[in-house]
Amino acid sequence: MTATPTTHATAPTTSATAADPAVNATAALALGDDALVLSHRLGEWAGHAPVLEEEVALANIALDLLGQARVLLSLVGDEDELAFLREERSFRNLQLVEQPNGDFACTIARQFYFSVHQHLLYRQLAAGDGPFAGLAGKAVKEVAYHQDHAEHWIVRLGDGTAESHERMQRACDALWRFTGEMFQPVDGLEVDPMALEALWLERVTEVLERATLTVPSGARTGAWAAGAGRQGLHTESFGRMLAEMQHLHRSHPGASW
Amino acid sequence: MTVVTADAYEAAFDAAVAADERIEPRDWMPEAYRASLVRQMAQHAHSEIIGMQPEANWITRAPSLRRKAILMAKVQDEAGHGLYLYSAAETLGTGRDELLDKLHTGRQKYSSIFNYPTLTWADVGAIGWLVDGAAITNQVPLCRCSYGPYARAMVRICKEESFHQRQGYELLLTLSRGTPEQHAMAQDAVDRWWWPSLMMFGPPDDASAHSAQSMAWKIKRHSNDELRQRFVDICVPQAQSLGLTLPDPDLRWNEERGHHDFGAIDWAEFQDVLKGNGPCNEQRINQRRRAHEEGAWVRDAAAAYADKHQAALHTESVEATA
Repeated sequence: MTATPTTHATAPTTSATAADPAVNATAALALGDDALVLSHRLGEWAGHAPVLEEEVALANIALDLLGQARVLLSLVGDEDELAFLREERSFRNLQLVEQPNGDFACTIARQFYFSVHQHLLYRQLAAGDGPFAGLAGKAVKEVAYHQDHAEHWIVRLGDGTAESHERMQRACDALWRFTGEMFQPVDGLEVDPMALEALWLERVTEVLERATLTVPSGARTGAWAAGAGRQGLHTESFGRMLAEMQHLHRSHPGASW
Repeated sequence: MTVVTADAYEAAFDAAVAADERIEPRDWMPEAYRASLVRQMAQHAHSEIIGMQPEANWITRAPSLRRKAILMAKVQDEAGHGLYLYSAAETLGTGRDELLDKLHTGRQKYSSIFNYPTLTWADVGAIGWLVDGAAITNQVPLCRCSYGPYARAMVRICKEESFHQRQGYELLLTLSRGTPEQHAMAQDAVDRWWWPSLMMFGPPDDASAHSAQSMAWKIKRHSNDELRQRFVDICVPQAQSLGLTLPDPDLRWNEERGHHDFGAIDWAEFQDVLKGNGPCNEQRINQRRRAHEEGAWVRDAAAAYADKHQAALHTESVEATA
């Protein structure tokens, strides 16, 4: 596995938007791409949710994440150039957030794993005095809701019917291997990944047990899952996601929307 | 002992409607009034949730992050409108499950406009400008509808709809002033959405099945043709500002009437789409049914969980008081 350079060079910065020199572009892109890609996946649910309240809730989470993504990407360059004109290999998001929606249990498991992590991370960033403190301070309240929403569903589905229990367990198991990547160090993020991971495991274990689910036991640091997304190595479905997302923008070079 | 007769209830209802007072859920009302309201509110709620589909069709392809956020928020608002309206209908004793079932089995309708496809990004703008514009023209008078919960829901809905309409207009304006390709895309969308938007006001007054009674009950305040004319008069100058043409060679100002004359609407097309032969009737209802069916296990799980834990809470409280 070859890591591509994780510096400013990976992102087009030709736009007029001045990048903040205090901001580490690697870190901003990592966090921004996580939010952008997960928001996109959640947006795919529109019109397909199992109940009307979830149409509202999933859109709400998608909108929060999109708002975060726009702030983060704008720290690095022009948000639309970064979102619509980068190739797959230049995206720095976790593989977890690009995983297809699957059934509602898969979407909830993905959200749960990510939101618990994002909440812990943003709480730490908000408490510090680094370049992300302001953004994280605002976002942490949104993320607390995302986590709460996901945890309620983990518990309801885990402890609901036999079918929902089975689906929830399967979803938690299937996405488990993508969770190790969240705790790989990211250049420019002043947090202790190991401490973060311990807190994450503690919370995840607590909620899964409350949901009468079994904490998955598989590997979380396989060759392709551990740190790969952060280095621009993604899973196959991500290319198709980008093709759809970028098609219209790329079809009209230089146009304003 | 005073016996209040049915006639006295009816007289009180008629007097309240005549005095422009609101009828509230616990008030006596004629069964036909209740049924008519449930039908109309259900159709309105169904239109909100089916209406999410043609726009959601573009969420994943929105060409800028700003537009994507606006579109997602709009589709979310529509889900919210569906929620208010199903709740308002529930105050008349008909639950959401029953209404959804009627939608899914074709026994209740939604606005035919959503049976047209969104083929390009400009359609998102045309829907905002024309379809939401027509909906607002229809719905603003409903804020004064005689049934309280419906009228109050409409106040909130109309505020959000007018926001959507301005966003659609602004999207089209950006395209119209953009590259030649973008301008053509905007014109094409307006060409396709103009006539179906005029049909949204329903059949002409002399052919409208429910109009007269709804007007008498003050559920409805203006006739279909009156509202349609108002909409045309609003759109003509807006189209000019947009730099786009409305696809009607007969459209011209009539000094005598003080209104725009416009060409004949193809009511045969309207009836055909209503009957189920529009370009997307099957697709829309199938997607709705599929989402509902595929979500059944989630709703069942939530209900099972609630039952278990309510039972547990009950046991706890019994033990606590024992």
